Amino acid sequence: MLEIRIDRKRYPDRGGRPHLALSGLRLDVARGEFVCVVGPSGCGKSTLLNIVGGLDRDMDGRVTMNGAFPEDVGFMFQEPRLMPWMSVLDNVLLVARAGDAARQRERAIALLRAMELGDVLDAYPTRLSGGMMRRVALARAFINEPALLLMDEPFVSLDSPTANRLREMLVEQWQRCGASVLFVTHDLREALALGDRVCFLSAAPGRVVLDLPVELARPRDAAAPAVDGLYQALLARHPELLGGLASAESGCDRKAAVASGAQAAGSGASGSDAGGQAQGRAAQ
Amino acid sequence: MSGKRTAAVESPVPMMARARGQAGQDASPPVAHPGRRDAWLRLASLGAFLLLWQLGAMVADSRTLPDPLTVFARIVDETVSLSLPGHLAVTLGRVAVAFAAAMLIGALLGMAMGRWRRLDAFFDAWLVLGLNIPALVTIILCYVWFGLNDWAAILAVAINKIPTVIVTVREGARAVDPKLLDVARAYRLSRRTTFLRVYLPQLVPYLMAAARSGLSLIWKIVLVVELLGRSEGVGFQLNVFFQFFDITGILAYTLAFAAVVLIVEAWLLRPLERRLTGWRA
Repeated sequence: MLEIRIDRKRYPDRGGRPHLALSGLRLDVARGEFVCVVGPSGCGKSTLLNIVGGLDRDMDGRVTMNGAFPEDVGFMFQEPRLMPWMSVLDNVLLVARAGDAARQRERAIALLRAMELGDVLDAYPTRLSGGMMRRVALARAFINEPALLLMDEPFVSLDSPTANRLREMLVEQWQRCGASVLFVTHDLREALALGDRVCFLSAAPGRVVLDLPVELARPRDAAAPAVDGLYQALLARHPELLGGLASAESGCDRKAAVASGAQAAGSGASGSDAGGQAQGRAAQ
Repeated sequence: MSGKRTAAVESPVPMMARARGQAGQDASPPVAHPGRRDAWLRLASLGAFLLLWQLGAMVADSRTLPDPLTVFARIVDETVSLSLPGHLAVTLGRVAVAFAAAMLIGALLGMAMGRWRRLDAFFDAWLVLGLNIPALVTIILCYVWFGLNDWAAILAVAINKIPTVIVTVREGARAVDPKLLDVARAYRLSRRTTFLRVYLPQLVPYLMAAARSGLSLIWKIVLVVELLGRSEGVGFQLNVFFQFFDITGILAYTLAFAAVVLIVEAWLLRPLERRLTGWRA
C-alpha cells in the first residue's frame, strides 16, 4: 500500500516568493491498483509525482510504501527522456537492475518486441517517431517490474490512435506485472478509461477533492458509451472540478461537491449507473 | 481504446534507408559521394599550396625560401640519421604528458565550476587571469621557480592550456540536461552509473572540442618551452637552425612535426569523436 501524506509543499515562484503548491494532500494506492490523478493546470500534479518518485524531497509530510519510502519505482515522464547516445535496447538496459546481464537482455528484448519495437533495437532514439520513443520509455518503465509505476501525462501530444495503442500496451503490461500505478493526466476520458480510481485535485494548493472509483469492466475504450456516460455524468455533477475551478479556498469540500452534484443531477444528468458512480467519495 | 493496431504503429524514420530505397528506384544519373568529392578538393588544395610554395621559392633566394623538394630531401636525411625521430619522440612525449595533465585537471575543474555556481564565482577571476597571461610569462616563471627541467617545462605548458579546457568543459557542464539526470534519479541509478552513462556522454562534444583545440595549441607552446630552456626536442633544434640561419632545417622539422600532429588528429581524435558522437549523425 502506497500512502501519501503531504501536509505542505512550497517552492519559490518566479518572483522568489514562496508558493504553496500542495496542502493537506492524502492519497492511498492499494497494491496493484491503477489510480489516475486529474486536476487543473498548475494544481501540483507533476509536483506530486516528483515527490513520490523521490525527485523532490523538500516537503512537510511523508510518503511510504509498505513502511518505507518507495524505491522500487518505474517513472514515465511527459517527454520520453531517452538517452540519445544509446540505442533503444541500451536505453532500456540502462535502468535494469544489476544481476544476470544475459537474462536482463533477453527480458528487455522481449519487452521491446511486445511493444512492437523488435526491428529498431539497435537504432538511436533520434531515428524514432514520437510514438516509438514513448514505447521505448514504456518498456524502460516496466523492465524491472516495479512495485510502483509513476506516469506523468505520458501520452500527451500524441495523435489519438497512437495514444490509444500505447494505453493498450500500458494496461497489458500493468496487468502482467501487477504494479501499483499513479497516473497523472489532464484528460478525464483517459483517466476514466485507465483507472480503477480517479482522484481530482483542487487548484493550487492542490489536495484531493474527489476520489471516484471507476467500476467499468476492462478492456475499456475512451470513446466507449460506458466511459462517455460516466464522463457526461461527472460533467453534470461536478462542473467546478472539470472547469478547473475547484480549490480548497472556494469551499470545494465534501459538502460543496455533494451539493453541486445534487444540483447538477436535478438539472438533468443522465440517470445511468455511471451517473451513480459519479458521486464518488469526496476527499477528507 | 479503439484504433486499429496498424494505424497506430508508426514506421521508424531511417532517413538514409529511405533515401537509399528511393535512389534504387530512381533512374537519375548517380551523384558523386560528398565525402569523395571533399577528398578531391583537399588533394587539389594541397597541390595548390605546393605549387605556390614552388613559385615563391623560384622568385625568392633559395636560402630564404627553399623549394619543397629540397625540404623533403632534408626530412629524409634527418630521418635516416635518426636525428629527426629522436627529437620528435622527445617533443611528442612532452606534448602527451602536458596534454593529458591539462585535459584531466581542466575537465575536472570545468565540471565542478559548471556544476557549482559558488565555486564558479570564486574561481572565475582566476580563470580570466589564466586566460590572459601570455604563455611566454608562464614559461619564464616556471623555469625561474622550478629550474630548467622537464617538469617545469610540462607544468608551464599545462598551465597555459588548463584555462581554455576549463572554459569549454564548464560550458558543457552548464548545458547538461537536468531532465536526463532526473531519469537517473528516478530509476535510482548509482552515482557511478549516472556519471559514466548519463552525465559524461553529454560532455563528450565539449571534451572533444577541448582536446582538438588543445592538441594544436599545446604542441606550439611545447616548441617555445624547448626553445627557451631544453637541450633536446624539436623546439631546441629549431633554435639551433635559427642560429645558423638554416631555413631548410626549420621547415623540415616544422613540417615533420605538423605532419605527426595531423596524423594524431586524423587517425586518433577524429575517429574517436565519430565513435562517441555517431548518434548525432
